[in-house]
This record gives sequence, C-alpha cells and structure tokens, in this order.
Amino acid sequence: MNQTAASSLAHADAETSRALVIKNLVKEYTPGKPVLSGISLELEARGITAIIGPSGTGKSTLIRCINRLVDPTKGEILFKGKDLAKLSGKQLRLARRHIGMVFQEYNLLERLSVMENVLSGRLGYVSPFRAWLRKFSEADMQRAFELLDQVGMADFADQRADALSGGQRQRVAIARALMQSPDILLADEPTSSLDPKTSVEILDLMTEQAKIRNIPVVINIHDVTLAKRFADRIVGMSSGHVVYDGAPDGLQDEHLKAIYGGEDWLS
Amino acid sequence: MTSSDTTTAVQRRYKPKRNWLATISYILLGVYLVYVLSLFDVNTGRLADGMEHGANFLGRMFPPNFERYNLLIEGLLESMQIAIIATTAGVVLSLPVGFLAARNLMPAWVTWPARLLIVACRSFHPVIVAILFVKAVGFGALAGTLALVVASIGFIAKLFAEAIEEISLKQIEAIRATGAPFGSVIIFGVLPQVMGRFIGFTSYQLDSNLRNSTMVGIVGAGGIGGTLFAAFQRFDYDFVSAILISIIALIMAAEGINNIMRRLYR
Repeated sequence: MNQTAASSLAHADAETSRALVIKNLVKEYTPGKPVLSGISLELEARGITAIIGPSGTGKSTLIRCINRLVDPTKGEILFKGKDLAKLSGKQLRLARRHIGMVFQEYNLLERLSVMENVLSGRLGYVSPFRAWLRKFSEADMQRAFELLDQVGMADFADQRADALSGGQRQRVAIARALMQSPDILLADEPTSSLDPKTSVEILDLMTEQAKIRNIPVVINIHDVTLAKRFADRIVGMSSGHVVYDGAPDGLQDEHLKAIYGGEDWLS
Repeated sequence: MTSSDTTTAVQRRYKPKRNWLATISYILLGVYLVYVLSLFDVNTGRLADGMEHGANFLGRMFPPNFERYNLLIEGLLESMQIAIIATTAGVVLSLPVGFLAARNLMPAWVTWPARLLIVACRSFHPVIVAILFVKAVGFGALAGTLALVVASIGFIAKLFAEAIEEISLKQIEAIRATGAPFGSVIIFGVLPQVMGRFIGFTSYQLDSNLRNSTMVGIVGAGGIGGTLFAAFQRFDYDFVSAILISIIALIMAAEGINNIMRRLYR
C-alpha cells in the first residue's frame, strides 16, 4: 500500500512531498484518557508553524508522534508518501533520518565533543561499527564544519558539550538536526530554557536555516509573543484539541482565552 | 484547641507525621541486638585470657622474617596475576551481561535471565566458588582465577546495569530521533554516559580481586594465600607477619595505581 502511495507522490513536485498531513490522531497513555483527541492538521511544505497551548495539553506528545518517539494510539501521519504512524523497525529508522528534531533541554551528548554531537546527526547513515570508530565520511566531516560555521560554533568543535552555555548548546543541537539533511524540522519548546535575548537569536537561526533549505518547521512554543513574531501559522491547542488554526494576525484575545483559559493574565 | 479550629486567630501548627513502621523497626532491632549480645557469654576472665594469647601471638610475630623472600615474591606475583587476569576477563564478560540486565534498554525476557546469572555469581563468597573450581580444574592459579572471574561478573555487571538504568534518557531520545540503529544508540547515547563510572567499578574490582586473590590460596586455588596458610600451620609467625606486611604493601601500591587510573579517565 505504501508502495502505491509513494509512486503516486513521486509524480508530485518536490515541494508537496514535504507537506505533512495528520489525520484524526489520537494518543492515550492510559486507556480512556486521551492526551490527543483526534487531531487533524495539514501543514504545507514550507513555512513555520507554531503550536501554542498550556503545559500538559499534548503539544510535546503531538510533535513526538510525528517522528514516533511516542507511538500514537490511532490516526495517520502522512509524510513523503508514507504513513509514519504505521512504520516500524528499519522503515521507521529510514523515515526518522529525514526528520530533524530540536529539544527543550538540547539533549546533547554531554560528555562528547561539539563535533561528535553534530556528526551524531548522521548516525542513521553509518554503521554502528563505523560510528564506534568515529569513521564518518569526509563529506560528512566537511558538512559538519560548514554547519558549525553557520550556527556560529566553529571555534567550539573540540569542546565538550557540557562546557557550553544554554544558547550555545541549542546552536549545536540545531546543527545536529540540520546534519540529518532533514525534510522537516521539529522543535519542542526550543527556547523554554533560554533567556529572552537568546530565545530570539535561536528562533532567528532556526527559521533562517529552514528558509534557506526550504523545509517546513513545526515549533511547540508557549510564548505567544515569540510565536506571533516568527510563525507563518499558529495552531492553538487546548486539552487535546485544536482550538485555533490560522495566521498569527488573526489570533485575538478571545482565542487566547479559549486556549489558555481565564482572562486575568491577558490584561 | 482542635486542629480543625482555624476560623479564629488560633496559631496553626505543623507537626511532621511520625513514621510508625520505622520506629517499631528500630525498637525491634535494638531488642534483638541486646538478645544476641547476651548469647555471647563475654566475661572479664575470658577477655583477660584473650589479651594474653594475643600479646603472646603478636610477640612471636615480631620481628618479621623475610628470609624466605623467594617463596614470598613468588606467591605475591601469582596473586597479582590472578587478580589482573580475573579482573580483565571479568570486565570483558560483565559488559554484555550488564547491558542485557539493564531494564531501561532491554525487554523483561532478556533482563531476567541476565539478572539471574548476576545473582548466581554474587550468591557465594569467592572462597566457596574457589573450592568448587579446585574440585573442577584442580589445585593452582587457574581455579583461583576462575573463581574471581565469577565474583567480578557478579559485582561489575550488577553495578554496570544499575549505572545504565540511571542514565539520562534525553540523549537516547535525541539519538533515536536521528534514525540511528540500536547499536549506534548504545555507542553514542549510552556508553559516553556510563564509561566514567565503569572505569571506577573496574578499578574498585581490581582492588577487591587483589585482596581476594591473597585468600583463595587458603583452599588451594593459587597465590600467596597458600603460603600464608602453611606458615600459620607451622607456627612460623614471624614469616606470617612478613607475608601480611607484603600484602599490605601490595594493596597500597594498587591503591596508588588506581588513583592514577581514575584521574586519567575523569
């Protein structure tokens, strides 16, 4: 079935192949208590989509369902002609190679060097034995250095990740995600552990790099101001449902009330 | 003044809850201790006698006699060899066993047999295992080495599995998200997080194996222990003290080497 879907998409142009379609996605950690209760979203092949909503509303779960760090209970996630929700084993790994991810707490390999961290983005492409010997290809090496240049961390290649500041770590994490040559970039609260100035720098870097590569970005973010500033489209979630989906300009106080509840905080 | 009376300006109090289970356990423990001590039949007469025997024994140990240094050095070297080979082999075998026993990486049907093996290795004191191996492969260093390999697996594999169970899963998550195969997740996500502690366990086990290797000789499994036991039986207490001093020196030297090793792998 996947075969036919893939071949039909092969006719479509490269752009639409990067579109992400989520259909009726349900996730229950405990049966009967859905965290996501039937999410349906169609994300275009380009642009920044920000998902906003209160803590515990399933934003992280949604984004982790896309690259299957979390297994959805029901629903479809269509990307590049495959239903990601149905993949397993090798097929899943091959699909993950093309999905870059940036995390709230950077999730760097603390005891390894910055360079090793960036190269770890290629682990889907090299055998474990070569990975153990750190025998990455010359092309990968050059790419890693280029990416370190682009995120402004070239001078830190030899440093251990645990010696870096928060902003520096997130830059390395972005380089690692880009090292995968991703077709889509997922970011789970990428700025929540950073100060306001660094947050803006990180989002600048991420959106700029995504635009250069023409790949779509999905960002979980709870800072509404930042979401409005950087996103082309905002999806508001509340208790497992999508309650707003549209342009940043269209996001009014009434929507925020529906998303976060209450109104005292809005004044 | 009831605790529910909060409507008026009563000063409210907070009293931490008493853990009754712990209190009762402590009392029972104390009672048992007193009972056990009463079984011992310690009295001043026995203590005085013991002191005298002890003084006599210590007197005969002094001065230590290093005349048979050939025997001494031969025994020490053998003990050292037993310890080093047993630690190396034990560590190499512990790595896979520890991985298989880590519950956050492996399914239950893998961890259970691995944990069973670890428990089996830990169940018996090395001397008991050494007796078994002496029966199996005969007197000599091989029996002692095998006994200490078993002891090393029981210790290192267990601690290694625990170290793996305590790692940060965030790094694993990140590596899984790149589409890395399981082997690479281990190599990049797990190993760097546990390697430092693994070196620590290994150096501790080398230390422990050195001490145990001086003992398995008592049951004929090679090393300085055999010489020590023979000297005891022949009442050569001055030679005994020479052997004891040499063992202390050996352990101290190992301690120094251990410290250097740990500094290298900080």
